[in-house]
Amino acid sequence: MSDPVLFSPGWWTEPLGTWMAWTRATIAFFLFIAAAIASMGVWEYFRPGGDPRIGILGLETTRGDRLFISLLGSAWIYLAWLWAFGAPIWWPTAIAIVWAAFVFRTV
Amino acid sequence: MNGKIVNQKAWFFVIPVLLLVSFNAIVPLMTVINYSVQETFGDNVFFWSGLTWFQEILRSERFHAALTRQAIFTGAILAIEVPLGVAIALAMPRKGIWVSVCLVLMALPLLIPWNVVGAMWNIFALPNIGLLGKGLNALGFDYNYTRQVGDAWFTLILMDVWHWTSLVVLLAYAGLVSIPDAYYQAARIDGASRWAVFRHIQLPKMRRVLTIAILLRFMDSFNIYTEPVVLTGGGPGNATTLLSIDLVKIALGQFDLGPAAAMSLIYFLIILALSWIFYAVMTRNEEQ
Repeated sequence: MSDPVLFSPGWWTEPLGTWMAWTRATIAFFLFIAAAIASMGVWEYFRPGGDPRIGILGLETTRGDRLFISLLGSAWIYLAWLWAFGAPIWWPTAIAIVWAAFVFRTV
Repeated sequence: MNGKIVNQKAWFFVIPVLLLVSFNAIVPLMTVINYSVQETFGDNVFFWSGLTWFQEILRSERFHAALTRQAIFTGAILAIEVPLGVAIALAMPRKGIWVSVCLVLMALPLLIPWNVVGAMWNIFALPNIGLLGKGLNALGFDYNYTRQVGDAWFTLILMDVWHWTSLVVLLAYAGLVSIPDAYYQAARIDGASRWAVFRHIQLPKMRRVLTIAILLRFMDSFNIYTEPVVLTGGGPGNATTLLSIDLVKIALGQFDLGPAAAMSLIYFLIILALSWIFYAVMTRNEEQ
């Protein structure tokens, strides 16, 4: 099998050995999650205290809580989209970004 | 920073736990996520399949059926175990020698390994030799949990109630004994009825422990595998095939790692979302 072109779909999805069955696409996914968590740490370093507030849900949330709600909600947005319409997932990605923005501003 | 002493050395003590958790939880979870977007025919050879498995599982009738059975099971045992557990806790003595006796008796079912509970009830309910099965048939009931769907469900729920109501009892009891006598005296002076005492003193004081009890029972019953698989094996037919049993059938029976991984992630997200919603509602009420 010839090596796929850099950043082509085949490059993202080719298997990288047997241990844990990694692909570059799933590595990118985990890097995104890790970066999201790390960014909370950076944010906390510059503005300590977690910015607790009571949002529209009537719950006291900190930034970390809002990240958790954004990610969990996004997972459900993707699942609902896959159930109703299937791939591709550009639309649910857009909805998830709007959702995360909404959560960080109001929840 | 706020005048507090910050000692970053404490982080070193967290490292062993972090390592342990990453090997027994995070690495397997990441592997499952990697499997869920691929197809394998064994031999550790993988092919990319994108989000096909998620779509397939979300739309499969088999998954919907297992999820429905799971929801019915969890709903039923919560509806029985929580009120029953609170009632037993209310009836238990607060002082004297009987306290220890009751506590030990209550703790006994919790000490029995899950597969032993399944095996015990399997034999106990057998219609030809088991005490319960033979007894019910002698009383004129046509009872056979290996053949009749209703009987299988009855036995399954009865087994879970027997095994786990104690947990609710012990937690509710812990909440009850923490109420100072002064509350009861005040209620007596005001001439409060038994119901008013329960509604305005005992129930609010039990709220925290009941939150934990309901969360634990919800998560455990939604994950339940060992007891039903030993008792009924998911039968008769697929009548008691709960989510986890179906998952194991797909993953280990059919060795479809991709669909099984996608299903377990959906399963995980359901539990995570419901637990969070439940926790949010309970803590919100507390804040108000």
